[in-house]
Amino acid sequence: MSGMTFTMLDAAKMSTAEIYGQTLCDLGDEHPEIVGLSADLAKSTKIGVFGDKFPGRFFNVGIAEQNMFGMAAGMAKTGLVPYVSTFAIFTSMRALDQVHTDICYQNLDVKMIATHAGLSFGQAGTTHHCTEDIAIMRSMANMTVIVPADGIETAHAVRAAYDRKGPVYIRINRGFDQVVYDKPDYGFQIGKAVTLHEGSDLTIIACGATVWRALEAAKMLEKVDGLKVRVLNMHTIKPIDVEAVERAVKETRRVITVEDHSTIGGLGSAVAEVAASTGKAFSFKRLGVPDCFSIIGLHEDLLAHYGIDENGIAASVREMMGKDFEADDNWEDEV
Amino acid sequence: MALTTEDKRRLEDKAHELRTLCVDTIVWAGSGHVGGSMSAMDIMTILYHKYMRIDPKNPAMPDRDRFILSKGHVGVGYAPVLADLGYFDKELLKEYNHTGSPLGMHLDSRKVTGVEASTGSLGHGLAIGLGMALGARLQGRDWKTYVLLGDGECDEGEVWESAMAAAHFKATNLVTIVDRNKCMIDGPTEEVMALEPFADKWRAFGFEVVEADGHDFDSLAAALDTAAAAREKPVVIIANTIKGCGIDFISGDYKWHYGGFDGEKTAKAKESLARFHAARASGEKGTAK
Repeated sequence: MSGMTFTMLDAAKMSTAEIYGQTLCDLGDEHPEIVGLSADLAKSTKIGVFGDKFPGRFFNVGIAEQNMFGMAAGMAKTGLVPYVSTFAIFTSMRALDQVHTDICYQNLDVKMIATHAGLSFGQAGTTHHCTEDIAIMRSMANMTVIVPADGIETAHAVRAAYDRKGPVYIRINRGFDQVVYDKPDYGFQIGKAVTLHEGSDLTIIACGATVWRALEAAKMLEKVDGLKVRVLNMHTIKPIDVEAVERAVKETRRVITVEDHSTIGGLGSAVAEVAASTGKAFSFKRLGVPDCFSIIGLHEDLLAHYGIDENGIAASVREMMGKDFEADDNWEDEV
Repeated sequence: MALTTEDKRRLEDKAHELRTLCVDTIVWAGSGHVGGSMSAMDIMTILYHKYMRIDPKNPAMPDRDRFILSKGHVGVGYAPVLADLGYFDKELLKEYNHTGSPLGMHLDSRKVTGVEASTGSLGHGLAIGLGMALGARLQGRDWKTYVLLGDGECDEGEVWESAMAAAHFKATNLVTIVDRNKCMIDGPTEEVMALEPFADKWRAFGFEVVEADGHDFDSLAAALDTAAAAREKPVVIIANTIKGCGIDFISGDYKWHYGGFDGEKTAKAKESLARFHAARASGEKGTAK
């Protein structure tokens, strides 16, 4: 990756947010019009390292997210490119009117790097969990929504956001993510899913924290059950990779989506919207947080609790593979 | 800079012309936010015809001053100001609110030349203006940002977040003006949600407060001069205004936040505006009432 000032070895020792902070510093060197904003979460979101490096270009607005997103819109109007970081829940809900009207409606170059997404701040509870943001953000016109699978993908996304016109929402986790990519140059491109594991029996489409788990599940299913499971890292929820979803439906006829987010409105819904338009019969299941507010606990434990860790995903794959639905249908009866 | 008699006459004439055009636009649109348009018209007139560095022929001029109509519902008052200056074809006003028209109740910055921010959701303008002001300062530009807030709008928490931040960042290149017409949709501001002691609130948030008569160009000019000289604290001008100013049968009546005029009311409104203009030109005190 051009402009990367840290090695893959360094990255393995950095939290996802730390990789974001370092990447933003590097981008800041290249582009003097980049400014940073945070709402008393400079340390937690790691945008503070940008503030340390470029104090004149960093604005900590205190605990006032609505003002922060409005200010970012105003700054973008003057030609600056604001990167704005607070927790996902405050980006997507506390300041949604500002994100919607000030930023998206005016199609401004504001890049929202939202941290502590999904259940990654597990012990903080529902006030700090965020399992609705993908649904909310992808319904905003002009918005691009990216959910990186790990630190390196976050670095790619943060860089790609600069080059992409208009508002971009990048959703990352608190703390460390499992490493999905062992090399930086795997062809990251906004709107293009990455095939991490080939397979023809079933496709798992995942994003964020569940990508590594889906991949582990696929490896396990291959070894133990002899199943060929395709794993797609759908890092961009909007615009979704229509072609990859259509191929998954047509070629594997079984699709499971998995996300650290509500099963309503997120990746699963985005995939369903495309898949349902293919005119093909297929078996489909959405894994995620069911329509509820999560229990409290460590991120790992919560993922297991809601069946979106590697074991939960594998169980859902086995269940779907065990269904004899093909006998009930004429699979050749296509539109 | 004190206004010359000629300046003042010119501004009064222009304000009269714009109030009349606003009434026409409301008729073309079917209805509109007439009360707040009339209370804000003298403020917009002095900004666009005396204080702001603008070039309607070059609306994207990098060093233009910025104006943000935070009380975005009075687009029907603002669009005539822009059309009259030539930002877009005045004929477009005849299509105001019509299906597919670029001009709707709340003006869209991507569709209406001269509009710096798409406003309408109240409480947003000061934050956007502060962002612009800090953007100008960071890039070493000397242009100013003017934000016009409604008084009822100041119920919104975001206004005070932005006020706190404007003072914290010493945004003296930001000029905040409140159209203090003392009315909101459901009644007088002090009955729906009391704002007073309003000036003290702004002072407590770190602003220098200048009170002005929002229908007296000398008073507005003095306040804008104070704002231009700000060095330490940002300035807020509390412009005391009258909702529906100039149209006697709606003046001061919160119920005329929004409305329409039939043929008879249109004629009466224009007669009243003419009387108001004549009285103001003759130097009569308290003409706004």
